[in-house]
Amino acid sequence: MLLSIQNLHAGLEDGTPLLNGIDLRVNAGEVHAIMGPNGSGKSTLANVIAGREEYRVTQGDIVFKEQSLLALTPEERAHLGVFLSFQYPVEIPGVSVSNFIKTAINEHRKARGEEPMDAAALLKMMREKLNLLEMDKSFLSRSLNEGFSGGEKKRNEIFQMAMLQPALAILDETDSGLDIDALRIVAQGVNALKSKENAVVVITHYQRLLDYIVPDFVHVLLHGKIVKSGGKELALELEDRGYDWIKKENAGA
Amino acid sequence: MSQDELLEGVTSADYKYGFSSEIESDTLPPGLNEGVIRAISAKKNEPEWLTDWRLEAFRLWSLMEEPTWANVTYKKPDYQAISYYSAAKKKQITSLDEVDPELLKTFEKLGISLDEQKRLSGVAMDIVVDSVSVATTFKKTLAEKGIIFCSISDAVQEHPALIKKYLGTIVPRTDNYFAALNSAVFTDGSFCYIPKGVRCPMELSTYFRINQAGTGQFERTLLIADEGSYVSYLEGCTAPQRDENQLHAAVVELIAMEGAEIKYSTVQNWYPGDAQGKGGVFNFVTKRGLCERKAKISWTQVETGSAVTWKYPSCILKGDDSIGEFYSVAVTNHYQQADTGTKMIHLGKRTKSTIVSKGICAGHSQGSYRGLVKIGPRAENARNHSQCDSLLMGSGCGSHTFPYIEIQNKTAQVEHEATTSKIGEDQIFYCNQRGIPAEAAIALIVNGYCKDVLNQLPMEFAVEAQKLLAISLEGSVG
Repeated sequence: MLLSIQNLHAGLEDGTPLLNGIDLRVNAGEVHAIMGPNGSGKSTLANVIAGREEYRVTQGDIVFKEQSLLALTPEERAHLGVFLSFQYPVEIPGVSVSNFIKTAINEHRKARGEEPMDAAALLKMMREKLNLLEMDKSFLSRSLNEGFSGGEKKRNEIFQMAMLQPALAILDETDSGLDIDALRIVAQGVNALKSKENAVVVITHYQRLLDYIVPDFVHVLLHGKIVKSGGKELALELEDRGYDWIKKENAGA
Repeated sequence: MSQDELLEGVTSADYKYGFSSEIESDTLPPGLNEGVIRAISAKKNEPEWLTDWRLEAFRLWSLMEEPTWANVTYKKPDYQAISYYSAAKKKQITSLDEVDPELLKTFEKLGISLDEQKRLSGVAMDIVVDSVSVATTFKKTLAEKGIIFCSISDAVQEHPALIKKYLGTIVPRTDNYFAALNSAVFTDGSFCYIPKGVRCPMELSTYFRINQAGTGQFERTLLIADEGSYVSYLEGCTAPQRDENQLHAAVVELIAMEGAEIKYSTVQNWYPGDAQGKGGVFNFVTKRGLCERKAKISWTQVETGSAVTWKYPSCILKGDDSIGEFYSVAVTNHYQQADTGTKMIHLGKRTKSTIVSKGICAGHSQGSYRGLVKIGPRAENARNHSQCDSLLMGSGCGSHTFPYIEIQNKTAQVEHEATTSKIGEDQIFYCNQRGIPAEAAIALIVNGYCKDVLNQLPMEFAVEAQKLLAISLEGSVG
């Protein structure tokens, strides 16, 4: 078991509850999709797993690689292999993509007690991953996300994922703001990185991305709780019927 | 005890360490009057005109008021409580064990060698012998090119004509309160002359760092680049400098003759006071350069130290087609206050100036940018571009911008851009998520923000300045 979320309750610091008892198990080699209407708690779940401070866990546990994440800082979680592809990646002016990723990789290595990566090896790896995502190498010298198009920002997220090779990648609405070509390239990148050792959790509002990144499991989130799980056919059903029938099914509960 | 006996006592006590010349190892009692100025001048064996020049500066200073227009508050120093001639101001220590452990930690983070740590902390040691020999080597290389680089006191003795011709021509004694004070009492400082058409083969830093560990309280620097010459000059040091002197009032004058270029870089890291705002240096500096035709002066400064900073390195663009540049990073943390900026005075035709100012405020500090762009009536087609950015960390600090623009020629093109931003929780979390801890994330973000300025520094200095920025802001995001 790579990730095991048990009865997770979390909310804002002021006490507003957002997640109300999430249970989720993810094994290495699996792809899970988490779907749900706006405001159902999808992005909150992603941020709580990554350790964002503005959320408080009030009950339950998140166990990753047999270790509870709750007491760990966001960077410690990252070092263990948790990666979040942000819905809205931030801009950091004056910091080049290559400098940023170099810093990130070397912080990972430092956490493992390793020396910084050799510059030539790093450059070679960056070139490979850029090719995978059909990105030009001029990209490396641009300021992180500054003036990037929506598609470039998302590709940059997947580029970083490719560089850091996480055990668990959470893609938070990676499809939003992407045209169909960019979507295909991003999905291609994610698929190329899949292996028996890692897992992917795709958070999405629409089924569209799941045509390209095919999930083993689909979960529907409603009011901070997983109310329905199934195979990839569940995603198609949601595409067809919307979320209203699920809301109705759960209205009495 | 007579002054001579006092002098004798200090001299012989100091001499056993063997690294001060007898001139520098005596002390005058506190206080400022004509007698003190005559004594300083006499000890330095100065010509009569210079003694008179100092006395006139003192007379002018006595009539002036300490300026209050800057956006800083501090308790005015008691000018009669300062000793204006003192070499034995530093407590003599004999090993690094006696040095403040905090200071040593910072040295380590900056990657400063053990020998240099000792030198910077003022530990008496034999490294001095080495640096003298290194310095001698540099001096020889420079001498072959006809470059003069020596202390201002030596210059008065050895190159009196140059000093008499140029001293106080760029920053006159009447310029301001602190410049007048400096003119009356300066004792330390550097003189540099680059002959026609000579490109100075090295950064004048290496030498400087070896030679000027304890820079003076009232430093006076005069740098002359003759026609078509080039020099890059580095002042200061990235290592933190403890100093017993609370008041520093330096004057720097640059002269770039036709076609000459001067690049003047400063890293200022004087003691900023403690986290509660106690202590720290008052840094009241007047820096100005004159550009003749097609000359260029470029000021780059990284200001992280001092409790109060009052500093406006400026360019007088007198000659046609001359260029002035000002690149500044000013960091304030805890209770530091900085009021800094530049003046670009466009007099010649087609003169160009660029201002890039990056302020970073954290803690309870106050940072102000104050800049004047003046286009004179003769300055056809002059151009200026100013970019003033401030970055705030936390909510207890303040950042202010005071741009002054005076245009007397309608062909001028003047642009001013300003931004204020905060390091966002979002940015920090984004870095954290990629495995980068908060302190490293701040260093990364701040260095990115300052990139346009840091790029202007010579390579080795830039690397140290980056580390210095990170250290100055440690603990500023909780």
